[in-house]
Amino acid sequence: MSEAAFLLSTTVNGEPVTVAAPHHWTLLEVLRYKLDLIGSKQGCDKGDCGACTVQLDGEPVLACLTLAAHAQGREVTTVEGLGHCHGGCHPLQDAFDRWTAAQCGFCTPGILMSAEALIRKRGRAVEHTEVAEALAGNLCRCTGYTKILDAVVDASQQMHPAPGKE
Amino acid sequence: MTVKPSPSPLHQPGPHESGYRHASGEARYVDDLPMLPGTLVCTIFTSPIARGKISSLDVSRARTSPGVAAVLTAAELPGSNRIGPIFHDEPLLAEAQLDYVGQPIALVVGESYAACRAAAAQIEFECEAHKPILNIAEAIAAESFHGEPHTIARGDVEQALAGAAHVLEGQFESGAQDHFYLETQAALALPLEDGNFHVYASTQHPSEVQHMVAEILGIGQQRVVCEVPRMGGGFGGKESQATGVAVLAAVAAQTTGRPVKVWLNREQDMLITGNRHPFATRYRAGFDEDGRFVALDIEIFSDGGFSSDLSLPVLDRALFHLDNAYYLPNLRFVGRACKTNLASNTAFRGFGGPQGMLATEVILDRLSEQLGRDPADLRALNFYGDAPRNRTPYGQEVRDNRLPRVFSELMATSEYRARRDAIATFNRNSVWRKRGIGFAPVKFGISFTKSVLNQAGALVLVYTDGSVQLNHGGTEMGQGLHTKMLAVCCHELGVVPEQVRVMQTATDKVPNTSATAASSGSDLNGQAVRQACATIRERLRPVAATMLGCDGQQIVFTQGMVRGNGRQLPFSEVVGQAYLEQVSLSATGYYRTPGIHYDHASGQGEPFYYFAYGAAVCEVEVDGATGEHRLLRVDILHDVGTSLVPTIDIGQVEGGFVQGVGWLTCEQMVNDSKGRPLTLGPSTYKVPAIGDVPVDMHVKLLERAPQAGVIHGSKAVGEPPFMLAIGVVHALRHAIHGFGGRVVELAIPATPEAILRAVEHQKTGALPG
Repeated sequence: MSEAAFLLSTTVNGEPVTVAAPHHWTLLEVLRYKLDLIGSKQGCDKGDCGACTVQLDGEPVLACLTLAAHAQGREVTTVEGLGHCHGGCHPLQDAFDRWTAAQCGFCTPGILMSAEALIRKRGRAVEHTEVAEALAGNLCRCTGYTKILDAVVDASQQMHPAPGKE
Repeated sequence: MTVKPSPSPLHQPGPHESGYRHASGEARYVDDLPMLPGTLVCTIFTSPIARGKISSLDVSRARTSPGVAAVLTAAELPGSNRIGPIFHDEPLLAEAQLDYVGQPIALVVGESYAACRAAAAQIEFECEAHKPILNIAEAIAAESFHGEPHTIARGDVEQALAGAAHVLEGQFESGAQDHFYLETQAALALPLEDGNFHVYASTQHPSEVQHMVAEILGIGQQRVVCEVPRMGGGFGGKESQATGVAVLAAVAAQTTGRPVKVWLNREQDMLITGNRHPFATRYRAGFDEDGRFVALDIEIFSDGGFSSDLSLPVLDRALFHLDNAYYLPNLRFVGRACKTNLASNTAFRGFGGPQGMLATEVILDRLSEQLGRDPADLRALNFYGDAPRNRTPYGQEVRDNRLPRVFSELMATSEYRARRDAIATFNRNSVWRKRGIGFAPVKFGISFTKSVLNQAGALVLVYTDGSVQLNHGGTEMGQGLHTKMLAVCCHELGVVPEQVRVMQTATDKVPNTSATAASSGSDLNGQAVRQACATIRERLRPVAATMLGCDGQQIVFTQGMVRGNGRQLPFSEVVGQAYLEQVSLSATGYYRTPGIHYDHASGQGEPFYYFAYGAAVCEVEVDGATGEHRLLRVDILHDVGTSLVPTIDIGQVEGGFVQGVGWLTCEQMVNDSKGRPLTLGPSTYKVPAIGDVPVDMHVKLLERAPQAGVIHGSKAVGEPPFMLAIGVVHALRHAIHGFGGRVVELAIPATPEAILRAVEHQKTGALPG
């Protein structure tokens, strides 16, 4: 079936990308089906579970509700690009591994993108209550969230050590 | 907690086998697998009515819709149209009869989801609606059941009730629960040469997928390989109900000769697949003066939905757990599974156990509310004890009962008694907010209750560079089974995790496996892995003994090295020499659980290899004006024997508990009067979010508690912690009781509406509609 397409020019994980996509496609569809960036997940398709969370110009957005056209000329960051400025592994990714904060892992990419935005905006170590607020839109069915909270707080402390500590 | 590097990963805290790949985003689930050119996708056309007949079905226009490769109905199926894990009583695609809203009728196969949806809209379909059976009460009235009643009985219930100091009678219900695995059902079928198929499926039961694909396609099982990359959650929802999705993909691949993916979006997933069984219970319970059970007469009904699926074993497990932790001298348990016009309800973490246990727990709450007794003491009074108070209703002896120890340790660490006193003070001084605290013990039987299923296999391959491929029959759904199997493998072969690759579960490596279910994954597969590794290690021993110049018995395999005679060699060198000496470097392992049996007719036997124990103390605060509540603090002490990997087990306890809290407090599936589900997404179906978890949560594993006769002293952990959440119900009832002092009438799930009604009842004595 032929569908009217447009050329999307955007930056994905620091790389300029130009890709043809049908007008009605979401950002998630472009990422998953055109760019093979499968880290962002399709959990509910209705903006309720958070598994598709990516960043648009540094702001967390739900890629399943964001039209691809909306990313025209902007910067998209997905979980695959999270470690780019950190030698391949972002402290959050390391903390999630160390804390066993992922069980099935399906919600993890979306959670990491929400959490990274929180820590970057705060510019300091964060507390459990702020993490819970920032991750209110990300569902996890496996962990009971405790280890996720601990991992995000731990990563933020690694990134912003308290004065006087290494 | 800091994760320390360890010499062997066994018994040490450590990361998940896929932990870094989960966090980096490179972990691939079925829907993420690279698609070969020409791969087709699907949409399922489903029944709009709960019960009736298809009057006409014409898919010819849909077939000619742009981008459509095939439209399949029951008429086009090459072999059988019957699936279902036990009785094969479920049509893959509806024939003339329609049994529930969402029942698959036709599979539209095309180039894109948009093309499939457009074509599905062209299907010409008419049906004749009949009056459906939509709940347990309607099914009982219509005598609509799956199978026969199952009865377990002991002693003289009527005589005991007649002589009881206290008798309670009533009924009780619990509701459905959607699995809400974050990854919805998905399968990708590849047609291969010579009529063979490779099916990637998100399933807990690859062997069932293999066998059903073969049966429906009318080919031999050797022609089908089912492979499971990993699952994005299972929880029982992919034990039997992943099969239909995978079979549809395979049928479409056979018909079109192209790779076909069937992926359900969330709405279709919640519509088409079944849930945790709702249960209704009628009871009469008798107690002596002190509050000890003298008799329990219970009739339980489950809502099985339209097909039998796993409803009968779920019902069995509910009956096996009506006793929970308590000795019942006289009892009569009767269970029936109702047949209704709803999606077929299925396995879900606990498998009927939670529903059975909850009924008895609520009875004990009601007794304590009536007598004004501390419910924790009442529970401890009723614990299993020494003979004759150590026989379960089905005749199995409760050995190694750890609950008295769990009870005393948890009472102390949670400061239960001081907090209960503090709550009494708080509640006296607070009009609108009341607090409550509850203690919940859990005893959960471990083994598939169908004894034959308790078997497992493994295949271990060692390569000349000393690296290892580990295959076992269990599937990874996030629970950490691969992590545990990796730890067992490293321990047995004396290698380090970096040397071992845990392979994706596939039916061409280990045949005829049981589902990864019933909390049995580590127990069964762990023994098989150990045996396979030990076989290879013992073949290497004489080789190493010659190389190191000592007796074989002195050889130690550890951390990638082989030691003896004061020297050591890398494992890889010993393996290389073994190859030159023509020693086989692969082995299978096999295990079956010894000694378990159950006779359904007499209701007696020894269905469980052992019991897992745990307990929780939960504290809540209820807002009497809104019916909302907050979980203030949770203390859990859980028995996993000697943990294989403690980080994994603690994750199972925390996650299971929160999932149980969802079932009991916020997850409510609602259908309209015609049987159409109204809760088909997370906007209307509320699963716990990060803000719903306890403010203060303390989870501990019982220390110094090795279990005999199991893999490295460890006990099963997948399901038992789910039921610890019943402690929240106890705490809610305690808080609600504070509003008026009457016996609490709290519906489950205890949503804000249900709590508000219960609070109103406390104040007025009337139950608001």
